Amino acid sequence: MLRDISLIQNMTYYFKEITRIKSICYPNKGQIETVIGTRHYINNNFDKELNLDMLSHIRFTSKFHLLRLFKKYYGQTPKQYLIDKRIEKAKELLTGGTNISDTCFCVGFESPSSFCTLFKTRVGLTPSEFQKRATFTKSA
Amino acid sequence: MKVQVIGIPVLDQEKALQFYTEKLGFVKKTDVPLSEDSRWLTVVSKEEQDGPEVLLEPSPNHFEPAKAYQKALYDAGIPYTQFNVDNVQQEYDRLSGLGVEFSVKPTDMGTVKIAVFNDTCGNNIQIVQML
Repeated sequence: MLRDISLIQNMTYYFKEITRIKSICYPNKGQIETVIGTRHYINNNFDKELNLDMLSHIRFTSKFHLLRLFKKYYGQTPKQYLIDKRIEKAKELLTGGTNISDTCFCVGFESPSSFCTLFKTRVGLTPSEFQKRATFTKSA
Repeated sequence: MKVQVIGIPVLDQEKALQFYTEKLGFVKKTDVPLSEDSRWLTVVSKEEQDGPEVLLEPSPNHFEPAKAYQKALYDAGIPYTQFNVDNVQQEYDRLSGLGVEFSVKPTDMGTVKIAVFNDTCGNNIQIVQML
């Protein structure tokens, strides 16, 4: 009992607040496990063809329910997250010297032209410009 | 617009440089003297050395409201900023082994895991892992 009191006294305002917010925002463990499981599945399979039907089937839930849950807990849709993951991996491959076409297919995109357009939109540079800059930075 | 630099107020720039490089593992990027006791001092993540820089700024020593704000956050245990890590538990174990003090031990918070430590320069800093 005495130990419990000293623990409570040592809690910072911040810790009390996150504990309070956690009880409000994250009471449903099942939902959290579902979205975390979906995110991990995307992380491990981003290079394959993925869609909401497949993701929802794996987690035994309806696709619209999964879409709502993922957006609620991660702030973006599974599709948006998948694209971010692919772009992040593409940046790693390009920095490591993989050519643009191989990078495109390695991260799960089907067409180099759509990959280049999407990459430019997200990163602000084309894959070719990004790779040149990364090579220059490494050698500098 | 791009995010190039984020500032963290520190009470002692040299001590901060040692903590952020030797304990946290950042790398010094820029160190330019500005006056007798102030430097434009930045560090970057070792894995992302062309990424955003963390400016270790001595504002609490030169601007009283900055000092008051920093102290108020510190006393409430509120992190001044946060850094992402791959594994919060591993970083907690590593940093604890180096003598770093944590006010929040690794804690699940929905879809993230967090922990909060004292940077010894007037700030609480949070580390975050997306689960």
